[in-house]
Amino acid sequence: MLVKSINKLVLTTALSMTMLSAFAVPLDKEAAAARGLEISVEAKARDTGWSDNTSDMQMVLRNKQGQESVREIKTKTLELLDDGDKSLTIFNKPRDVKGTSFLSFSHPVGNDDQWLYLPSLKRVKRIASRNKSGPFMGSEFSFEDLSSFEVEKYRYNYLGDEQINGLDSFMVEQFPVDENSGYTRRIVWIDKEAYRVQKIDFYDRKNSLLKTLSYSDYKQYLNKYWRADSAEMVNHQSGKSTTLKWQNYAFKTGLVDGDFNRNTLKRAR
Amino acid sequence: MKDKLFGFVGKHPVWVILVSLSFAFFAASGAQNLIFKSDYRVFFGEDNPQLVAYESMQNIYNKSDNVSFVVVPEDGNVFTAKHLQALKELTKQSWQIPYSTRVDSVTNFQYTFAEEDDLIVEDLVMNASSLTQAQLAKIKTIAVNEPLLVNKIISPEGHVSVVNVSIQFPGKDLNAEVPEVSLFVKQMTEKFLADNPGVQVHLSGMVMMNGAFTEVAMSDSASLIPLMFLIVIVFIGFLLRTISGTFATVIVIILSIATTMGIAGWMGMFLTGPSSSAPTMILTLAVADCIHILSSMFYEMRHGSDKKTAIAKSLRLNFQPIFLTSITTAIGFLSMNFSDSPPFHDLGNMVAVGVMLAFVFSITVFPALLTVLPIKVKQAQAGENNTIEKLANVVIAKRKLLLPLTSVLIIASTLFISKNELNDDFVKYFDTNIPYRVATDYMQEHLSGMTLLEVSVKTGTSSGINQPEYLSAVSNFTDWLREQPETDHVNTITDTLKRLNKNMHGDDPAWYKLPTDQEMAAQYLLLYEMSLPYGLDLNNQLNVDKSSSKIVGTFKNMTSTELIALEMRINNWFAANASQYQVDIASPSLMFAHIGQRSINSMLVGTVLALILISVILGVALKSWRFGAISLLPNLIPAGVAFGIWGLSVGQVGMSISVVIGMTLGIVVDDTVHFLSKYLHARRENQADTKTAVRYAFGHVGKALWTTTFVLVAGFVVLAQSSFSLNADMGLMTAITIFVALVVDFLFLPPLLMKLDSGKFESKQETTPPENNQLPEPSSVS
Repeated sequence: MLVKSINKLVLTTALSMTMLSAFAVPLDKEAAAARGLEISVEAKARDTGWSDNTSDMQMVLRNKQGQESVREIKTKTLELLDDGDKSLTIFNKPRDVKGTSFLSFSHPVGNDDQWLYLPSLKRVKRIASRNKSGPFMGSEFSFEDLSSFEVEKYRYNYLGDEQINGLDSFMVEQFPVDENSGYTRRIVWIDKEAYRVQKIDFYDRKNSLLKTLSYSDYKQYLNKYWRADSAEMVNHQSGKSTTLKWQNYAFKTGLVDGDFNRNTLKRAR
Repeated sequence: MKDKLFGFVGKHPVWVILVSLSFAFFAASGAQNLIFKSDYRVFFGEDNPQLVAYESMQNIYNKSDNVSFVVVPEDGNVFTAKHLQALKELTKQSWQIPYSTRVDSVTNFQYTFAEEDDLIVEDLVMNASSLTQAQLAKIKTIAVNEPLLVNKIISPEGHVSVVNVSIQFPGKDLNAEVPEVSLFVKQMTEKFLADNPGVQVHLSGMVMMNGAFTEVAMSDSASLIPLMFLIVIVFIGFLLRTISGTFATVIVIILSIATTMGIAGWMGMFLTGPSSSAPTMILTLAVADCIHILSSMFYEMRHGSDKKTAIAKSLRLNFQPIFLTSITTAIGFLSMNFSDSPPFHDLGNMVAVGVMLAFVFSITVFPALLTVLPIKVKQAQAGENNTIEKLANVVIAKRKLLLPLTSVLIIASTLFISKNELNDDFVKYFDTNIPYRVATDYMQEHLSGMTLLEVSVKTGTSSGINQPEYLSAVSNFTDWLREQPETDHVNTITDTLKRLNKNMHGDDPAWYKLPTDQEMAAQYLLLYEMSLPYGLDLNNQLNVDKSSSKIVGTFKNMTSTELIALEMRINNWFAANASQYQVDIASPSLMFAHIGQRSINSMLVGTVLALILISVILGVALKSWRFGAISLLPNLIPAGVAFGIWGLSVGQVGMSISVVIGMTLGIVVDDTVHFLSKYLHARRENQADTKTAVRYAFGHVGKALWTTTFVLVAGFVVLAQSSFSLNADMGLMTAITIFVALVVDFLFLPPLLMKLDSGKFESKQETTPPENNQLPEPSSVS
């Protein structure tokens, strides 16, 4: 498969770079970068081949005063092996945005293509924006946090191993390539057992800890793909938090490229 | 007991000095725990309703401490490629400021526009260096016509702009966090100025104000305290002509201040603007004790006593009056505990402790020092009391004229009390030479004031802010608020919605109006939120479930009274036009606006309590309830007259002035005690008639009262030079009150006594008053 060959290519390049740089000055730095990349490539490889999936997601937003608010969305994602994934997001709650749907073609590098269908206007609007770091529906997640993981989006640095959630895990530092990212870096804990992301610390543009995302209740689908049932994002600076809960995961539902375009956006349910 | 103490001090002066010094040294070591709190919130008690409202609003929306860079381009035009590039760089750098969560500037304003069915959201200024004249002109037109920007971020003429940075302090250790931010901002500004010669930057905002609290306290303690020491040294040196006496006085002052500050440190207190004036006040008050002891001692020595006997006599003579005046002064300062503002509790407690310590040191280490130090005395000279004697004669001769004249003057001046207007404007707390004040004045002149009101309008239902009736209410309110003469700027979600509606209809200006149904508004906001970058979201305007939104008004700097009136008008507007919504109004400006009235109300209780306590003490000390009651007049009149003079000259009172009556009561009462006790002594002991008694009182305490008043007035006038107006006003008002008190005691009280106390003294069968109720004899000084 194409993705395999790409991954292999990336991996070999990384490894050979490591070999070459063994003779260069800072060996450790280069080696850590290669190791970080290697782990990330492996994680991506293990989560490749599910072709498409659908799920229902509930968001619970909380502010420092303890007020809560619920959002509900449905997502459909099409796995693309030679580009970022295509996704369709359909909003169900709050009621006044019900029927609004959002189509996004994500690209590992550069701006995503985004369209929004507004039922109140009965029109599809293309959103031309470099920004994907703002809060998604007022939550502590940005669109950047929710979009699919692509190896090319980051530079890597392997930091070491650590126990997390009772699992032996790698700690990998990731530096976003996109200059419009809201972060200077992320530290990701990936368990050694199944290469699942357990926790992510997000560092803002001035490199202070901004948020922590913790995944819990991982379940395996199709005997291969792991998905968490819930995730909690805590903003350390504002004291706000958002909990995500997923339900009705389905894989290989038969979605095709034709299900992801401006016309289907209007009909999306 | 007392004699034993004096005997011990006389016999073992070195021991007394050593013990006192080690006690003071141990206590003073606590001063290293003293830290200065640079946070305006310290002025408010935890249960202050305006603070509670503001904190709650900050929890619902975002916290909003800020730093404002007011950037003035070299050629008076913000919209040049070069300057926009500089602003863009400054904006980018600002994200690096510690704890920054949001940066708003002309360059990163999220400009939305339509191209067919595309909604484009991008920074208003993209590639600054390559902008053409036409593009620059377009950017200017957009910026100065954008309600979110004009008068807040950019001046309407386009000659000044602001980069506004929101700071969210973690609040774990504000004493480290605030300086960390100010330091970073200052270094950043220096670098920016070096890179952009000709450009000017002024730093304003709440964070810079917090930093300014520290700056003024530092500059005050570096200038005022040394100045005060100088005055004391010159004054005592000149008046009493003694180097040893001056030296001993300075030691007592240093010990009193150091021990007080040390105890404050051990008690876990922290320093704030007002409490940082404690050393100056203790200094001033401690001098009086020493002057009394010194002048009595010199009097005895001139009249032939040897030094040791003179010291012992002086102590015996002065113990009770000094104790009494120290107690009343301490009570006066303790009344500050009733203030609504915690820093004044600390100030009151510190000075009260300091005054009592000064008393202790004056009767222990002070005589001990005088015992071991060489002291020479010139022979007594006659005839220096001429002035006071002349004054006494004039007062007695013209009493029939003086009483009505002074009464009229007193009543007339109290009429001006009502001319005082409540004003706690935190910008004006800082003198015009403080950079924060300069920056804020500049900003006020060219852009907008520092007065903010945050208005949270709540629907109580989820997504309620998208309802058309809500939006039109908020929009109408915004229009109304913009029409108010005080208003510089209003930030409201309805402007964003109108703009989005226009964008959604191909940028047709006719569609610059609110969406007509809830779904449309909700979907616009969803769309808009999804296209905003990090930090520029709507979470500072909308709460999580979109049941309420926050409108932020920026106004010209105004007095507390005006701001409270505006708050009232806003509440009235909602009551009349949109009563279905719950409205909360909060802001630091509003907190300061209300603190004056709250302080005055709460200080009333404290002042009355202090008055009662002090009157009881007076009654006991004077052994006459009748004279205790008469003494109320000269004790209260000075504050009344001082407030009248203040109303006539300054006219603005606030939280610092509200504590002055209670505080000065303890000080002015001293004069009355001294004068009345001498008067009564003459009446009771010598069965003198009222005129003779008045002459006796003048002769015996006139000079002492005049000298201590001089020191006190000098001390508080020094404090009045503070660059921090809370302290400066407090100092000036106290100086006026103390001076008026002396005038009242010299010109009003004697004629009053001669009028009320005519006839024979009723209680001449009473036992002789103890001699230690006496005051130091007026010293013969040149």
